[in-house]
Formats: sequence, structure tokens, C-alpha cells
Amino acid sequence: MARYIGKRLIYMFITLALIATFTFFLMKILPGSPIASADKLSPEQRAVVEARYGLDQPLPVQYFDYMFGLLQGDLGISINQFKGANVTDVILSRMGPSAQIGFQGMLLGTVLGILFGMVAALRQNTWVDYGSTIVAIIGISIPSFVFASMLQYWLGLKWDLFPVALWKDGFMSSVLPSIALAMFPLATAARFIRTEMIEVLGSDYITLAKAKGASGSEIAFKHAFRNALIPLITVLGPMAVSILTGSLVVEQIFAIPGIGEQFVKSIMVNDFSIIMGTTIFFSVFLIVVILVVDILYGVIDPRIRLSGGKS
Amino acid sequence: MKNSKILWLLGLVLVLSAFLAACGGGDDTDTGTENTDTEGTEGAEGNGGEPDSVQELNLVEGAEIPSMDSSIAEDAVAFNILNNVNEGLFRLNQENIAEPALADGEPEISEDGLTYTFKLRDANWSDGTPITANDFVYAWQRAIDPATGSPYGPYMMAGTIKNATEVSEGDMEVSELGITAEDDKTLVVELERPTPYFMSLMAFGTFYPLNEEFVTEQGDNYASNSETILYNGPFTLTNWDGTGLTWTMEKNAEYWDAETVQLETINVDVVKETSTQVNLYQSGEKDRVGLSGEFAMQYAEDPEVVKELEPTLFYLKFNQERNGEETPLANENIRKAIATGFNKQDLVDVVLANGSLPANYLVPTDFSFNEAGEDFRDINGDMLPFNAEEAKTYWEKGLEEIGETEVTMELLGGDSELAGKMDAYLKEQLETNLEGLTVNLKAVPFGVRLELDEAQDYDIQNSGWGPDYQDPMTFIDLFVTGSSHNLMSYSSEEFDNLVEQAKGELAQDAEGRWEAMAQAEKILIEEDAAIAPIYQRGIMSLQKPYVNNIIKHPFGGDYSYKWAYISGKE
Repeated sequence: MARYIGKRLIYMFITLALIATFTFFLMKILPGSPIASADKLSPEQRAVVEARYGLDQPLPVQYFDYMFGLLQGDLGISINQFKGANVTDVILSRMGPSAQIGFQGMLLGTVLGILFGMVAALRQNTWVDYGSTIVAIIGISIPSFVFASMLQYWLGLKWDLFPVALWKDGFMSSVLPSIALAMFPLATAARFIRTEMIEVLGSDYITLAKAKGASGSEIAFKHAFRNALIPLITVLGPMAVSILTGSLVVEQIFAIPGIGEQFVKSIMVNDFSIIMGTTIFFSVFLIVVILVVDILYGVIDPRIRLSGGKS
Repeated sequence: MKNSKILWLLGLVLVLSAFLAACGGGDDTDTGTENTDTEGTEGAEGNGGEPDSVQELNLVEGAEIPSMDSSIAEDAVAFNILNNVNEGLFRLNQENIAEPALADGEPEISEDGLTYTFKLRDANWSDGTPITANDFVYAWQRAIDPATGSPYGPYMMAGTIKNATEVSEGDMEVSELGITAEDDKTLVVELERPTPYFMSLMAFGTFYPLNEEFVTEQGDNYASNSETILYNGPFTLTNWDGTGLTWTMEKNAEYWDAETVQLETINVDVVKETSTQVNLYQSGEKDRVGLSGEFAMQYAEDPEVVKELEPTLFYLKFNQERNGEETPLANENIRKAIATGFNKQDLVDVVLANGSLPANYLVPTDFSFNEAGEDFRDINGDMLPFNAEEAKTYWEKGLEEIGETEVTMELLGGDSELAGKMDAYLKEQLETNLEGLTVNLKAVPFGVRLELDEAQDYDIQNSGWGPDYQDPMTFIDLFVTGSSHNLMSYSSEEFDNLVEQAKGELAQDAEGRWEAMAQAEKILIEEDAAIAPIYQRGIMSLQKPYVNNIIKHPFGGDYSYKWAYISGKE
């Protein structure tokens, strides 16, 4: 196991270096300048500002400077969005709210989704099943901005149950955005669990378990649910990353100081160091989650061996 | 069975308590907004006095503050806040005329118009230290120093302040910049050329003073959050962490004119979604929000709508030479046909629907005024307004002159939804009114448009400009031969001469200079149709009836809250 993780860590490092390299050069191909008033300044005046941020250096020099800084954990300073601010500070200050609503949304969505999916599978082709399928379809198909706007208008403005927007009332501020974010994992989890469980429930060993006199709940949880979790975890891992690292739309609608909308803006305004920093941060997160998911496979299903190949 | 009942009951209680807690929270936000930084639950009680004794304004902003460093700032949000928490030698007043602020009365101007001697009034920084002439010298030198990397320093000073260009390019020491402190209260500024609009320039953020001792002490941390800045304006900035979506402005007790300032607190939150802004306005949390797109249309007739005109002008640039070859737009009649060939009134009424005005001019209306307070716009009337008949005549004549019957042109524009709608409308209008014309639309992001403009790689470009100082010249001199904005091979000797005169021998003759600029505008728009003005941008906001006297400025910071007050809020 330790050996396996060690090997994975080396791969992770290589992957990260490749991502950083590709992002760096792709980003430099982006048209436009990180100087907001570029249309007003003369080329000479622009050159002065660019020199201030080292953008006058040849591209390879900029690249090696950046990678060298990265090795030392230095993500550079923001050029445009928060001029002069340390990129690490920017990411950390924006990560909290995104992580909070992401975690809450993920938790709510997955728990409810699993519940819906199980109930639907156990009561296949009844109104419960149809009901949960409809919820799942709605969750997948309604765009999050529509759903978030509806939550804001009805639960926030009309019924006054929660704050309309802004990140000021602690937990209460996080409720509506979390619900908005929960819809997608809810729908996904419900669909996967239902499909998998129906398949598992129809297999021979369940019939055998029934014949041996196992109780209904024992069959559902110990046999069917556990097997149904494998495909779910595969999709939930990356989904957790994308939700925890922020959703542009939900953050923007609820005016939350999150990392998602800030990342998108950094691309629009060519703030190179923020683009790089956030990409690397997201990548580390994603790579770690993939590793965790792989380890979890082994825990859930002992047939999946992590040490790989040599058994 | 019993167990499940208890669970059920417990669940119900939980749901109910969440519901009740939510109601409580909602009430707090209605009444206790002044305590947004504390938890809010108790805030409601501290608010129980006479409504008008509470002078608190709740605003939204559309973007974060990229920098509060006046040398580094280059965006609307920062300049707007700077205008309210800091101050320069002059400030735009409620009539948008520059009046002495930190300057103690009008400066003494030498006969050649090149040397200004300012006396400073007794005023303090927010920490109580006096503002001295050296604070200005330091700030200006810092803004022009290439090591600072200021975008607006060189842009605003080059060609105006003596030696600014040389210093910004590193050819001279910063001490050679034309600004000296004669003593603590006397500031001498030397100019490159007489600059009639110099006072209004002094209201611009880049020219604000900075306390040298404080700034150097803070080093890289200067202006990184609201605690690491000194203020000298009507308000101070608080609760800004440098990257957040929220900040507060509080009345500055040290401000020299503090008795004029009535607002105690201004709470600002960044809200980027228009629908969210409107919801916050409806819920009573915000007193003034912006309207755009469908919201502008929906609320157009609402009694709480405020319409304001911005001095930003949008126009079609006609490129006369592309890839070294003359385009059909090198023909004057072709240009005139296009300039008069689309209905601007319908465009602003139906397509834009945001309070914009159709423009048959270059220098915006409500922007620059002569000493008698008359708008520059009153001199030249409408030039080349929409006229489908005339457009057709120009077009046929033009086609004959270039020997073509059909012409295809590319219209380069922005990639926003609004730009797309506008360009599609222009295409439809022009192709209908001018037979044989095909317009191909090309929508690109701003950065790409800039690159294509620089390469002069387009036929017609939908472009816009906002002023850098309060004078018609900020628009007119864009189009002199060789200007870095005249990337369309337009060249008129007569036009160049008039601009040269207005900048040179007429610089101190207010009336003659005004005339020359008006004439230049006429040549550019009416005689040569070098560009085709489209519209002057308007903006719409919702504002609660109890908010009074927020002043909109055409240049520098967008708004002043110095004179604003709350009256009649229950």
C-alpha cells in the first residue's frame, strides 16, 4: 500500500508539472493584455507597466522563473485583479466560502440522492420510484442559474426565509447556495444508485442470500448498496472537486466571495499569476481526490487490489 | 414504531426551528444593516432612533477593488472610491465644475500659463498629520517613476507636466519632474504647455497626494487593505481586506470640510448579477442598484428609476487603408452614406433601451463647459444625422466614384450580448438602406479587437471612448494624423492645424480655443465623416426616494457622496 501511494505521488508530481507547463503556454497564447487600460496607453507606457511584472522577459525566461518560484511554493503576485496581492493569499481568502457551500451542497445532495435512489430501487415501478426519477431529471436538466434565481426570489425575497444574497449572516447565508449546488449531485447519485441497485438486486447471489433467509434490510445495505457505491464514487470524486472549488454561477448569483467566479474573471482579464495559481490549486485538489477515490475502491470492494499487477 | 414517531417529531421540530431562525435572520437584515460587521442580532436595537438621524447609505458595486493605491489604480471602481476617501488640489463640485479642495483658493498662474503656484489649505490626513506640499511632490514622482509601473501616471502626465515623458522613460531623474515644494504650504507645478483644463485634472486620482513617510513605512503592504492607507477625503475606507466583496466608507472626522458631509456610513457590497442587485433593492437591503439589459426595459417607467448620461461615446471607425491598400472607405461619399445610413433613434430606443442618447457629435453632451457654464455641445448642432434618402444619394455617388456596384465590408465589434445585438441591427439597417452593400459581422473579445485595431486589420469598427480630462480635447485629439488611436489612416491638414492651434497659440484664449475645437469637430464629423458617431451611453439605476444628492461626475470618480444625505426613510 505504502509503495503504491509512493508511486502515485511521483506520478502526481509529474502530472502537476505537465499541467503547469501546458497552462502556462496556453495562457500566453490568450489574446489581450493584463493591463486594464491597455487601449489608452502608448506602447512605451505599456512596456513600463509590463516590465514591472516581469512580462517584458522572453517567454522561456518567464516560464523558468515561474516554475522555479512554484517549486518554492511561490505563486507570484496578482497583476490585474488585486494588483500586488500575493496569489496564495487571494486563493486562501476565496477558498473558504466556496468550500463551505460546496461541502454542504455535496453532503446534502449525496445523502438525499442515495436515499432517493435506494427507495426507488427497492420500490421499483411504484409512485416512489417515478417521483424520485422526476426529481432526478429536474435536478439534471434545470440549469443551476435558473434554480438559484428561483431559490433567491421565492425563499429569499418573497418568503423572507433566508438572506437574498451576500455573505454576511453566517450559516443562513450559505443555505440557499448549498441547496442550489446540491441539485446536481442529488440527481446524479439518485440515478446511479437506482440503476446499480436494480441490477444487483436481480443478480444470483441476492437470490441466494434471500434463500438463506437474510432480511430485507440486510440485503439492501450489506449486499446491494455496497456494490452500487463503486460507480457512484467514481463520478462523485471529480464532482466533489468541481463543486468544492466553486461554482461561478451560484457564487455570482448569491454574491459570495468564492473562488469560482474569481477564477473565471482572472481569465477574462489575463491576470496570468492568478490563472496559474488557481489552476495549480484545482489540479492538486483533483489529483488528490482521484487518489483518495482509488484507495476507497479497495476499502469498499476488496476484489480491487491497489498494489497492482503483481498479485 | 414508537421510535419512528419520535424521530418524526424531532424532524418536525428541527425544520420548524430552522424556519423560525430564518425569519429572525430576515428581520435583522431589514433593520440592522448598519451593523453588518457585527453579528446583527442585536443590531436591530441600536437603530431605534429618528430615521433621519441615521445617515447610512447602502450601495452595490459591480466589481472588486483591484487596487486602492492612487498611483496604480486604473479602473472605475477604484477611482470612484478614491474620489470619496481622498482628495486632490481640486474637486468637481455639484455642478461638475472643478473647485479648490486642498488648494487654498485658485492658484497663481504665470503669464505664459506654464507655472502654477498653489497655496495649500490647512488639512490633515486621517491619522492627524498635516498635509504638506511634499505629499504632492512625492505622489507625483512616485506615479511617474518607471519602477512603480503606474499605468495612469505617465498617461496623464506625459506632454502636460514638465519632463514627465523623459522621466517616465527613464531618461531623467524623478526629481526633474515639474513639481516642487517651495515650503510646506506652497506647491509649484511647471507645465510642458499651457493646459486650460489643468484644474479639472487636479481632481483626478493619479494627482492625489500621498504621505511619504506612511507609504514608505508600509512598503509593499501599502494599500493592501483599508488599514494600510491614509485618507484625506470626506470618508475613510474600512472593513476592506484587499480581496473581499465588501467594504465600508465612514465619515472622516479629520476632513477639512467635514461639516458639509452628512452621511455617517456607506456600506458597499460587490454584486455582479443584475437580478441579485434588483432583489436586494426590493428587499430593502440596498438603496441604489444598477439596471441593465431586460431589467432596464422592465423598470424603465418605474418612478424610482434614475437616468444618468455618461460622457462615453460610441462611434464607427472607418478604416481607409487595410493591408497597405485603400478600402472603399477611403471615399468620402461612401463614408457619409454609412454615417447617415442607420437610424440611431431606433437603436437607442429599441436595441439599447438603457437611457442612451443618439449621437450626432463626438464631444458628449453634459460633459465640458466654458467659463460661463455653457455646454460645448451647444456650439455645434447635430452633424450628419440619419437620413435614408441622403444616404442613398451619397452611396450611389460613392459607388460611381470607386467604380463598383457591390461592396462587402467587415464590421468589427465586441463579443458582449449587447454589442452583438447592436452590430446585427447596424448590419440590417445599412444593408437595407444602401443597396449593394454586404456587411459581415466579426465579434471578438476586447483584447483581440485591440490587436486588430493596432494592426489596422478591419474595415469598420464599433468603438468607444471615455474622457481622461474634462475638456473636448480628450475626444478631438484622438483623430489627429499619427495619433495612436487614429488607426484608420485618416488625415486632414485642416483638422490637424485647428487642434495644433487649440493646443498652442490659442491655449490661453478660452473663446478662440473653444471655437477651434468646435470647428475641428465639424470637419471630422460633418465634412469628412472620418467616423460615424452612434450613441452616448446612458445608465439607469433604481434609487430609493429617501436618498438625496448623490452627484454623478463625467470624469475621474463616477460619483461623489460628499453631499448625499438620507431623508424620509421610515
